[in-house]
Amino acid sequence: MDKPFAITLDPGSSLANRTGSWRTSRPVYLDRLPPCNKQCPAGEDIQGWLFHAESGDYESAWRHLTKDNPFPAIMGRVCYHTCEGACNRGQLDAPVGINSVERFLGDEALKRGWKLTPPTSESGKHVLIVGAGPSGMSAAYHLRRLGHRVTVQEAGPLLGGMMRFGIPKYRLPREVLEAEMQRVVDLGVTVKLGSKVENILATMQDGGFDAAFLAVGAHIGKRAMIPAGDAAKIIDAISLLRSMEGEEKPLLGRRVVVYGGGNTAIDVARTAKRMGAEPLIVYRRTREKMPAHDFEVEEALQEGIMVKWLSTIKQAHESSLTIEKMALDSKGFPQPTGEYETIEADSLVLALGQDVDLGLLEGVPGLEVSDGVVQVNANMMTGHAGIFAGGDMVPAERNVTVAIGHGKKAARNIDAWLRGEEYVAPPKHEVASFENLNTWYYADAPKTVRPMLDIIRRQSTFEEVQGGLDENNALFEARRCLSCGNCFECDNCYGVCPDNAVIKLGPGKRFEFNYDYCKGCGMCVAECPCGAIKMEAEEI
Amino acid sequence: MLKQTEGSHAVAEAVALCRPEVICAYPISPQTHIVEGLGEMVKAGEVANCEFINVESEFAAMSVAIGSSATGARTYTATASQGLLFMVEAVYNAAGLGLPIVMTVANRAIGAPINIWNDHSDSLSQRDCGWIQLFAETNQEALDLHIQAFKLAEEVSLPVMVCMDGFILTHAYERVDVPTQEQVDAFLPPYEPRQVLDPKEPVSIGAMVGPEAFSEVRYLAHAKQMQALERIPQLAEQFKAVFGRDSGGLTHSYLIDDAETVVVAMGSVLGTIKDTVDEMRREGQRIGVLGITSYRPFPLDSVRAALQNAQRVVVLEKSLAVGIGGILSTDVRMAMSGLQLHGHTVVAGLGGRAITRKSLRGLFGKAIRGELGHLTFLDLDWNVVNKQLERERTKRRSGPAAESMLRDIGVVAARIG
Amino acid sequence: MSFQPVHFYQTGTFTVGNRLLSAEERSVQANVERTNSLNSGHRACQGCGEALGARYAIDAAMNAARGRLIAANATGCLEVFSTPYPETSWQIPWIHSLFGNTAAIGTGIAAAIKVKRQKGQMDDVRVVAQGGDGGTTDIGFGCLSGMFERNDDVLYICYDNGGYMNTGVQRSSATPPAARTATTMPVGPEPGNVFGQGKFVPAIAMAHEIPYVATATVADLRDLEYKVTKAMGLRGARYIHILVPCPLGWGAASQDTIKLARLAKETGIFPVFEAEHGEVTGVLKIRRPQPVEEYLKLQKRYAHLFGKKPAVETIARLQAAADKNIRKYGLLDQEAN
Repeated sequence: MDKPFAITLDPGSSLANRTGSWRTSRPVYLDRLPPCNKQCPAGEDIQGWLFHAESGDYESAWRHLTKDNPFPAIMGRVCYHTCEGACNRGQLDAPVGINSVERFLGDEALKRGWKLTPPTSESGKHVLIVGAGPSGMSAAYHLRRLGHRVTVQEAGPLLGGMMRFGIPKYRLPREVLEAEMQRVVDLGVTVKLGSKVENILATMQDGGFDAAFLAVGAHIGKRAMIPAGDAAKIIDAISLLRSMEGEEKPLLGRRVVVYGGGNTAIDVARTAKRMGAEPLIVYRRTREKMPAHDFEVEEALQEGIMVKWLSTIKQAHESSLTIEKMALDSKGFPQPTGEYETIEADSLVLALGQDVDLGLLEGVPGLEVSDGVVQVNANMMTGHAGIFAGGDMVPAERNVTVAIGHGKKAARNIDAWLRGEEYVAPPKHEVASFENLNTWYYADAPKTVRPMLDIIRRQSTFEEVQGGLDENNALFEARRCLSCGNCFECDNCYGVCPDNAVIKLGPGKRFEFNYDYCKGCGMCVAECPCGAIKMEAEEI
Repeated sequence: MLKQTEGSHAVAEAVALCRPEVICAYPISPQTHIVEGLGEMVKAGEVANCEFINVESEFAAMSVAIGSSATGARTYTATASQGLLFMVEAVYNAAGLGLPIVMTVANRAIGAPINIWNDHSDSLSQRDCGWIQLFAETNQEALDLHIQAFKLAEEVSLPVMVCMDGFILTHAYERVDVPTQEQVDAFLPPYEPRQVLDPKEPVSIGAMVGPEAFSEVRYLAHAKQMQALERIPQLAEQFKAVFGRDSGGLTHSYLIDDAETVVVAMGSVLGTIKDTVDEMRREGQRIGVLGITSYRPFPLDSVRAALQNAQRVVVLEKSLAVGIGGILSTDVRMAMSGLQLHGHTVVAGLGGRAITRKSLRGLFGKAIRGELGHLTFLDLDWNVVNKQLERERTKRRSGPAAESMLRDIGVVAARIG
Repeated sequence: MSFQPVHFYQTGTFTVGNRLLSAEERSVQANVERTNSLNSGHRACQGCGEALGARYAIDAAMNAARGRLIAANATGCLEVFSTPYPETSWQIPWIHSLFGNTAAIGTGIAAAIKVKRQKGQMDDVRVVAQGGDGGTTDIGFGCLSGMFERNDDVLYICYDNGGYMNTGVQRSSATPPAARTATTMPVGPEPGNVFGQGKFVPAIAMAHEIPYVATATVADLRDLEYKVTKAMGLRGARYIHILVPCPLGWGAASQDTIKLARLAKETGIFPVFEAEHGEVTGVLKIRRPQPVEEYLKLQKRYAHLFGKKPAVETIARLQAAADKNIRKYGLLDQEAN
């Protein structure tokens, strides 16, 4: 139409006014490191796989997860999930049940028969792995995916290492363990069971290996100097647990005393309970000082296991023990009191820690051992070029998840070393702290509680104590994730911009700022739920 | 069709024949009968497809009219006096936005003191608002001007006020010729807006305009009135062709060819003036009359042409520019610029004061004899005025002037006729 | 029933979008096809709540009207920043007439549409009239009330930022007590805007018993869109009063606009509800109750309450007013507490 001059204007003409020139600071998208990811000893991208699980795409979630850790069904049972302790949601209501979702994904994969992704090419290099425990099998998986030939030599008769010989089956059913181990083997990993490596250099030379990863578990139970009569029945915890895997179950008698305060002590006591015994844990300090995880102590107590706190064993007899009561000093250390008592005991199980058999390393030049473990550099390599080590045999916290993380880290370094390079980890993003979040936007949702086996069956059978989530629960739990520091495409920035200066790129493609019109008000930053945008000063 | 009817009703019928689409109604004397008539016709279904809206004020009346006109509807309203003043902001806005609203102003005085009777103070106060203002001399012309007003407004995209004297015309029963629907349809095509609010072609109407373009926008408003100045006589011609009557145009002149004295006026008083002039002509006086129909745009050229052979001009107006004198006179004198003739301003008929032939005869006689001053207040009661001036000079708290003077006069409605 | 949030989808309906919801469950603002009725390039201040609220509301109205919408706009910030010659930010048919007549302009547009529809010359086009609190609760109130009582088919939207911001932050009848404006300076024995004045136009709108009255804020997009959509589904006079924080007038950081709107609702200072034919039919419950200080202290217009000697009594009066809203409208969900 022939519009009146000036008073009537055509639509969209304001686009000529580039209000971006008003800006003194600009919003930029970034990925921050979620605290769960930062915490995970296995280096899982937890937020990343939860993202897929949130939409019910469990296979993508599982594939994303297994890029870092091939054992989600195991993890979902035995990982101590320190990620949940770091979870920002803990400051809101309760942490996301990461571990339970991981288990759901692991079980779902086993149920559906999902296979790990095979390598796309072969490097021609051959790596020896000593030990088929979590660290060794993790390394085997990652090295195989990187295209290397992998041979695992395992002294024991079965795969799994300490996962099999150190963790009771009521915590980790063996069919789950075997299925996840086998899935790695199915990638084309050669496994030699019952094949102990006596001398690493000789084995490497004989087999023509280009590198080796040592992942020998701590299978030797520590002994304490307890004066004991000949008839006293004393056994170490790890031997006991190992024997549980054999045909002949150990004979412990009715009154079993377990000496120690770690997770292994708890495992042994709960195992004895299931064998019909009346276990008693003797520990020299208090419950608060116990190194075992609190939830495990709690479960043991629920099952009727007795604990004698602040006590040390002074002497073992045929059917009794002499106990000295202890008292904590002002610094919290237990000190003897000189008060004694006698308790009845048919057997004494020592759960005082384990050592690694380092016999295979004798005579390896450059290799350094101290405090019973092998020293490695930041790249997991020992003092001998081409020989890497991880898991229980290097200085670190000893648990399955740490071991799996070692396997992954070692694999990346071995891969680089084989190419004559050094692996450089990508720089870590800044951590997404609780303060970076705008938690208003998250739906109120309490944590889902996993079902527990009823107490009678827990006291008498080796059935799995903790159940898994069903799909609805798992989906719910996944959706409790705050996606800390990583855009989950909630459209808030796209919506809250008063200047339409955010361009939505479509599903999976996130957003872009249109700096022609962005005035730099910062509303997108303030209203981003997950802290995936920050302001940067404009250079003026 | 010839019929004997009230002026207001004649206008209502004319508006109805123009097929209005939105009518905003708010009561104020002496306009009320027009919208009452329209309301009845709309309710009775005699005006098809028309929304009749009882608004809450004149400000709302004009605002609703702006909204509907901007949406492409032929829109009508009517007001007077205080009502016109109450809607002033919207009156200016309608013109500024170029919306062809037609509004009847049933001319009435402005308070205080409050006065419901006729003069031209209301519409003349809006001389600069951008509206076209056409003044009707008779009820027939009032009827005819409304039909022309819609066509003019829509052609030039400007709002038009049709001004008719309150009570004198609006409430007078006279014989009028009401045209047929066919005649009106033949003259007035459907409204085709220059700009319209339409989702199919969205525009923003009513932008904020700064110094960089404001003068140009204002000039264009003036230019549109200049276009109207050309169109008004043409429309009168077209109107005559369809309806067979002389109505509208810029000015009407009466016996001015040889006139030494020309009386200039607007509205119904022209009838009384013509009667007086007829009498004086019979007595040999060379006196004539110039009636102004188009007050805005003001026909400077026509007025000048009508006056150029005269020796004196008497502008008789029903309005007062307080502090200077006449309002219409100012414009007439601008038209006379450079002409050597005597100009007289006569303020008459304020607030409904009757303008009698007797007074006019005396007045025109004085003018011819060269005894009339530049500014005259016709039939002013000097006794009353002087008494009040004296009261105010001598007494600080002299009380309300209007009430005091009414007491002096004794009979409240003595001079209303 | 009030707006029903979707539960348990991570962010549910709190966020603008949610990839976990089906397309029809998502907000209008999440859609890349949204109208952007008020487009980029407008000259509103950084973080302008009114610019945001207007786009939220008009996009929702456009969506509900399937693109057939005409808007009338009062004089004020929204008008000035959106249509300075030679640029307009509006992508819909839009008219600005005056400060005080916007509801009447809406009436006129609606009347014209009705006639044009009768004549078969126009589709079913809907009408929105909009203005700030000055143009609505003060100077435009007469026309607004007229539009209401005639039950004209117009949705009137008031963007309430509690003052005349366009002219330099003067008091309006929607300015809250104790707030500083250029005409209620924080001086004298009772600094800021006085207590016991002002009006709450949603309640007055309800007294007209019009089909629909609602309040909303820019902090609850889904609630706002629900209300606009609901209003657009009805005929007759409808009124939505949207709280839109003003960084300039409130003396707040530009990024805090939504936060302030949220706090206004969560403290009870601004009740969010809806009403049909004069009766309250739903309220948006307070989710995380907060004391009024949390809202007040972010704004320089209340800075005089938090000086060296905090104005404890004044804050208590403001808290009492918020508590009264909470009681009156039932803003606290008993189950949730």
